[in-house]
Amino acid sequence: MIRFEQVTKRFGRVEVLKALDLDIDSGHRVALVGSNGAGKTTLIRCLLGEYRCEGRIAIDGLDPRAQRTEVLARVGFVPQLPPPLKMPVGQLLRFAAGVCDADPQRMVDVAGRLGLDAGRFRRHPFVKLSGGQKQKLLIAIALGRDTDLLILDEPAANLDPEARHIFFKLLAEKQDRAAMLISSHRLDEVAALVNRVIELDQGRVVLDDRVADLVDLASRLSCSVGLLRADDAFARAIADWGFRGDATGLTWTGTVAGPDRLRFLGVLSRYAALLAQIHMDEAQAAPPPRESAHA
Amino acid sequence: MRHLWLTAHTDVLESLRAKWFFAYTLIFGGLVALLFAFGLTESRIMGFTGLSRLMVTYIQLAMAILPVFVLVTTVRSVAGDREAGVYEYLLSLPIGLGAWYWGKLAGRFLVVFLPVFLAMLGAVLWGLFRGVDVPWALFTYYTGLLMALAWCFLGLGMLLSTLTRSADVAQASAFVLWLTLLLFLDLILLGVMIRNQLPPETAVALALANPLQVFRTGAMMLLDQQLVMLGPSAYVILDTFGERGYMAYALIYPMVVGTLSALGGYMLFRRSDLP
Repeated sequence: MIRFEQVTKRFGRVEVLKALDLDIDSGHRVALVGSNGAGKTTLIRCLLGEYRCEGRIAIDGLDPRAQRTEVLARVGFVPQLPPPLKMPVGQLLRFAAGVCDADPQRMVDVAGRLGLDAGRFRRHPFVKLSGGQKQKLLIAIALGRDTDLLILDEPAANLDPEARHIFFKLLAEKQDRAAMLISSHRLDEVAALVNRVIELDQGRVVLDDRVADLVDLASRLSCSVGLLRADDAFARAIADWGFRGDATGLTWTGTVAGPDRLRFLGVLSRYAALLAQIHMDEAQAAPPPRESAHA
Repeated sequence: MRHLWLTAHTDVLESLRAKWFFAYTLIFGGLVALLFAFGLTESRIMGFTGLSRLMVTYIQLAMAILPVFVLVTTVRSVAGDREAGVYEYLLSLPIGLGAWYWGKLAGRFLVVFLPVFLAMLGAVLWGLFRGVDVPWALFTYYTGLLMALAWCFLGLGMLLSTLTRSADVAQASAFVLWLTLLLFLDLILLGVMIRNQLPPETAVALALANPLQVFRTGAMMLLDQQLVMLGPSAYVILDTFGERGYMAYALIYPMVVGTLSALGGYMLFRRSDLP
């Protein structure tokens, strides 16, 4: 579906992408990882036809620069940093839907599923929304239309756990029909979302690996965490994940999106000395524990 | 074409919300109000009185304010948007580069021309209401001149925005360009150069090449048909073009400069990195 052939991008004398060769097929969910300056953003901008480069990039045989309207009509893009658009939410939706020949109501519906009432904010300048609201709206614009390729740059960074779960479900709905390129500084942020990892370093591919694809993007884990003693800092951290504690503050229960399990365990690891037990089960109505860890 | 109008419409709405547009409208609206308030319609100069006098003064003031305002606000918003990442996102949507660029230009032209025109139109309507004679020929010609001037500097602004990669450099370049054109008006550096025995052909060529000077001379044409105020270069201009010819030149030349600059900007925009 996507082919990079000997793609090189220079800024002055600095070569940011160095003769890159890559093939990405439909159904591939690629984590594009690497440190700052590795070339991730440059690669994405070349793929979007925003940067000129040497070599050849083709999406189903089409050049994203020369045939940009045909190519970009099939691409949904969520940038890492929301643009400082002063236009109101309603106008942004109308503009995006207008140029994409899409139904703005679909975008509004996706925003609604993510927990953003776009109708209520339609006169509100985009730039004045919170970080999470901006991210939800940009995701809604990218996912609320028919696309074959999703390019997501740290897409879930500003989302709350519930919105992350819905976002993963939305990706799951698209996973068989679309290729996904998910850029991140950290693999653990996106590991459970992908079935292939490409690591860039100084403009070269240093790792290209298929990974186990066992996590259901739409799954949910029912969790309970037991503590040795109550702790305020822990309470605040776990409340951000939507967990509720009992009266003693020693037992906390809640749900975690399946692809978020690593991230969740990463948060818990900061309080390892406090942990008495952790149960994580595929969310069912009062299921017996199938997967559990004891601290 | 639909994408072009969508971009133009979005740009107009963006501009209407911007602080610069508020200041811009206030300045031109305020100018007309001030000219009325100071009783300019009742004063007389070189045979001009009433609304003609007001329009002649207004057009001279517009020449001083409009170019720098158009240049600086255009480069600030276009180069500033690119720097802030607005282009990265909006140009990831399936919109043609031509529709984007020309749509932005069309939208911006409306927002820079309309306040200047509406202020003048407001003066005319007020004049009609007060029973003052309206100089329609002057009004029509000055409308054309203002359109040409706005288009010229908008085109130059778009060219500068694509040539420079940062908003600060773009703004500084815009200011330097405006200052250079201002210096080469007949009143300033050109006068000094003639006094220092600059060949008259060079002085006239500079005057004819400078859109600000062309605008000034064109505006003067209706006020001073022999171009007495312009000095000896008037002979060359009148001999070469004639009165009507120069009036046409004053409309066409800035439009050509603006269009060529905008085209140059577009070619660069298409060939360069977008964000």
